[in-house]
Amino acid sequence: MYVAVKGGERAIENAHAWLGEERRGDRDIAELSVAQIREQLKLAVNRVMAEGSLYDADLAALAIKQARGDMIEAIFLIRAYRTTLPRFGGSLPLDTAEMACERRISATFKDLPGGQVLGPTFDYTHRLIDFQLAANGEVAEAPSRETSADPVPHVTGFLNREGLIEEAGEGEDTPPDLTREPLEFPADRSLRLQALTRSDEGFALGMAYSTQRGYGRNHAFVGELRIGEVAVEMEIPELGFAIEIGEITLTECETVNQFTGSKTEPPQFTRGYGLVFGQSERKSISMALVDRALRWEELGEDNVGAPAQDVEFVLSHGDNIQATGFLEHIKLPHYVDFQSELELVRTLRKEVEEARAAADMANQVPEAAE
Amino acid sequence: MLDQTTDTARRDWLSLLAKSPTGRARDLLSALDLSPSHELLRAPEIGSVMVRGRAGGTGAPFNLGEITVTRASLKLACGTVGHGYVQGRSKEDALSAALIDALMQTEAADHIADAVLAPLRQEMATRRATRAGKAAATKVEFFTMARGED
Repeated sequence: MYVAVKGGERAIENAHAWLGEERRGDRDIAELSVAQIREQLKLAVNRVMAEGSLYDADLAALAIKQARGDMIEAIFLIRAYRTTLPRFGGSLPLDTAEMACERRISATFKDLPGGQVLGPTFDYTHRLIDFQLAANGEVAEAPSRETSADPVPHVTGFLNREGLIEEAGEGEDTPPDLTREPLEFPADRSLRLQALTRSDEGFALGMAYSTQRGYGRNHAFVGELRIGEVAVEMEIPELGFAIEIGEITLTECETVNQFTGSKTEPPQFTRGYGLVFGQSERKSISMALVDRALRWEELGEDNVGAPAQDVEFVLSHGDNIQATGFLEHIKLPHYVDFQSELELVRTLRKEVEEARAAADMANQVPEAAE
Repeated sequence: MLDQTTDTARRDWLSLLAKSPTGRARDLLSALDLSPSHELLRAPEIGSVMVRGRAGGTGAPFNLGEITVTRASLKLACGTVGHGYVQGRSKEDALSAALIDALMQTEAADHIADAVLAPLRQEMATRRATRAGKAAATKVEFFTMARGED
């Protein structure tokens, strides 16, 4: 428990004033604009949008600036802002097959319809610091090539034609929403996917990595990873039809997992799914691996007691705003709590000391008598 | 009520306006120097829309996260109603979209289509084609160096 205390107003005001000054940094250095953050720190902006669960690049860039680059603080700002918005409704489910792919790779098929498109990736870079960026940031324009109108089908679609992979399955049109109702267990897959897509990237990565190292291993291949823009459609009641109300960049990962069959399912490939706002490749792959691990029950697999199989553990600890809220609250005044603890320790200690003194006295009696 | 073909056309221009870059449609409209009198039916309002994905791309829907959307509705002096929905938080853009939507249902439609919608469509198609071209340049062309058999 912590108790409201008065006082310290001036100290708080001055602390905030200093925070503002520190945020600005050396005034001889040009101030960073929100547009610069949006354009040049795009992956940071993407992460704040994904975990803040609100797609708005300008807002995420502003939050990063306000938070001095502290990502969780920025995500917190976005989550808080989100709660002030009236919700106009829900979109029609996205059609990711219609994505304008800027990157699309498959680790399972070399020659696939639509091809392997690398896009603007860090893969194959040497991870050497580029000192030229410090000296001169100008870059040449990237080469361009003629585009083809060939469709870029989902990889799982053509595995499905042979019946070698499980069907994606049906569900309710209006999925449960953990921003409206508190999370309850057992959580169905749509709720799990919602929690995972907004979960902390580091947590999701750690959980996914644990499955690769053997804690609930599920033999994942990246069947497909695609990044690109998808239109968002919504029914507009006053119009009586659906329109596109926006366009968002998404990263989608479909894993294809080896599965030797179970009591209820034949041997086939099973699927894990990741879909995340922005170019968020690591998070999307992590999400797919964790999604697959959490599906052990519906696939009739054994629960080997791995953390990534424990839905309550994963979903209750993946949200970095909940986590940081509870973690950081312990630095707030707990004076009364602590006073009572202090009293208790003093009392216990006094009792121990008295008992010891009494024992010593008893031992010393013969000596004193000599 | 509007007939089916008009619905399709209206859907197209509303979708175009919703996705256009901040301020662009407003700039193109204001360059025309039209300021038709109108009354607001719904003052510009910033809100969110919950975006839904599907498990496995084609399966059960789930809530992915929200996007910011701003909307406005107005009525021209002639009684024509326009609705504007735009991605983001620009109230001016939502008003411009509603005004363009209303004007597109009047005799000014051809003029607006040529001077506002056509350049908007063109610019967005160019941007998309540029990115698609760069993506195409990163497409891998495999060639076999040597085969292990024989």
